[in-house]
Amino acid sequence: MPATPAVQASGLTKRYGDLTALDGLDLTVPEGSVLGLLGPNGAGKTTAVSILTTLLQPDEGSATIAGADLATEPQLVRERIGLSGQYAAVDEVLTGFENLDMIGRLYRLGKQRSRDRARELLERFDLVDAGDRPVKTYSGGMRRRLDLAGALVAEPPVLFLDEPTTGLDPRSRIELWGVIRELVGRGATLLLTTQYLEEADQLADEILVIDHGRELARGTSDELKTQLGGERIEVTVDSPESIDAARAVLAGVAVGDVEVNVATRTLLAPIAGGVGSLSAALREFESRTIAVSDIGLRRPTLDDVFLTLTGSVPEPADSTPDPDQPTTEPEEVLS
Amino acid sequence: MTAVNLVIADAAVIAKRNVIKIKRVPDVLVFVLISPIMFVLLFAYVFGNSIDIPGSNYREFLIAGIFAQTVMFGATFTGAGIAEDMQKGIIDRFRSLPMSRSAVLAGRTISDVIYNVLSLAIMAVTGLLVGWRIRGSILDAALGFALLLLFAYAISWIMALIALFVPSPEVINNASFIVIFPMTFVANTFVPSESLPGPLKAFAEWNPVSTVTQAARELFGNIPAGTPEPTAWPLQHPVLYTMFWVVGIVAVFAPIAVKRYEKANTK
Ligand SMILES: Nc1ncnc2c1ncn2[C@@H]1O[C@H](COP(=O)(O)OP(=O)(O)O)[C@@H](O)[C@H]1O
Ligand SMILES: [Mg+2]
Repeated sequence: MPATPAVQASGLTKRYGDLTALDGLDLTVPEGSVLGLLGPNGAGKTTAVSILTTLLQPDEGSATIAGADLATEPQLVRERIGLSGQYAAVDEVLTGFENLDMIGRLYRLGKQRSRDRARELLERFDLVDAGDRPVKTYSGGMRRRLDLAGALVAEPPVLFLDEPTTGLDPRSRIELWGVIRELVGRGATLLLTTQYLEEADQLADEILVIDHGRELARGTSDELKTQLGGERIEVTVDSPESIDAARAVLAGVAVGDVEVNVATRTLLAPIAGGVGSLSAALREFESRTIAVSDIGLRRPTLDDVFLTLTGSVPEPADSTPDPDQPTTEPEEVLS
Repeated sequence: MTAVNLVIADAAVIAKRNVIKIKRVPDVLVFVLISPIMFVLLFAYVFGNSIDIPGSNYREFLIAGIFAQTVMFGATFTGAGIAEDMQKGIIDRFRSLPMSRSAVLAGRTISDVIYNVLSLAIMAVTGLLVGWRIRGSILDAALGFALLLLFAYAISWIMALIALFVPSPEVINNASFIVIFPMTFVANTFVPSESLPGPLKAFAEWNPVSTVTQAARELFGNIPAGTPEPTAWPLQHPVLYTMFWVVGIVAVFAPIAVKRYEKANTK
């Protein structure tokens, strides 16, 4: 018989007065895979996760999770899921060990098993030294790890992680990515929400882009990137005279047309070879002694996704406004 | 395990967590224990000397009333604890776990019995120091304390429900005083109910705070011989009437509170 997806939801809708937080969202997470739910602040990610983890009742829609019906068997759903919410759901006053031990008891693992599991998880999440300290002494990254450990206490088959790395410094983020990858390697089914395309790219098998509670796009990371135009090299040359020479260099590594913005002396070349293409271009610039004031690899950002998908950037973008008025190419940034 | 056993086991886990928190943040406990001492001394020396009840020792009359008042006010801790929990991230964890739906509230009401045991013990000692005496049997006195604890437990379920309706923990005290003040003071706690004007007298006679106080007075042997029999039925059968309220309050408020807890939105 065909494998039933670990999570299957259809028509999820949630309204708060006039505001529609979720607007008929469908989603499917095949067993053993990772779905990245990608969207800006207020897109409806937490609402979706809260509904799927029984914390919130949807106004419409239905879902089955690990074979249990959300509406009629919520307790069975709870037995089969682990949740690490957007805000670490740990008790500040208890120690790390006490938190995990308590969760084990509440999953009804029994006294001994709860303790063993708590110790195992502290070890695995590099919290052994902090295990007997109250959580309020923990850093943001440690709290996050403990929260994630809490979701794993009963080794549930389906995991929900709501913005697991938001608010973390880059190092803690990379660390947590490692932990999540390990989980996936062990065969966990995961629904992960994020505001960062890069994160979804790193971790998810399939990405579902949402805003205003609705689906904007779905596909694998590669599919979305292709749709977005993929990676680009962005170069700013020192003098306007170098622009043509620079364009010739970039044409050598580009996989499409090179865009030129004469006013800012900036060139944009779509590439496929990542850092390899970048260093090839750099070498060429050097050997032809073209003075470059700035060069870098530019990956599509979430803003790019929204620009492409909706024609507008959701929030006031944090990028500096660039005075790109009349350029050689009237084309939009992305094809 | 049966369903009831599961509820008890889960509630015990939550209660244990609350006790750890009490031990680790003992400031609250200090206030819980100081205020009963203050109440006993205040009432004994300020009012105890100024109010004269013929044929009775007012200080002795007061003690059971102070006990009842203190456990009533102590119930606000249950409300405060729950309101605080509901604000914290941990509640999302609890609500996503396959634990019994009533455990968070039941565990809190259970762990708060500790507050009441401690404050009753401290008040009893303070009372003994200022001249209060148990003049009946020890068994009766123990029964009196047990009834006070049961009554306090029931009231804590009312506070639990109030806590689930307030928007923030800061509001909980004022919200619960709306219930606590009339119940505590329109009663025979500090003055005999006979001395109250008409409608207040009727309220006081049927108020369970009056009957738990009356029961404690009787069981402590603090009603001197020759005191006229109360005329109202509840005050004639204070233990029975109080138990009726204890069971009634828990039977009504616990299920409503649990329903409300289930529906409460996450942040
Ligand atoms: N309890 C609530 N009451 C009113 N509006 C809410 C509530 N929770 C969420 N919303 C609104 O619903 C929308 C989706 O929120 P949320 O799911 O938290 O988004 P995300 O997690 O993607 O940032 C937002 O506009 C948010 O303001
Ligand atoms: Mg969110």
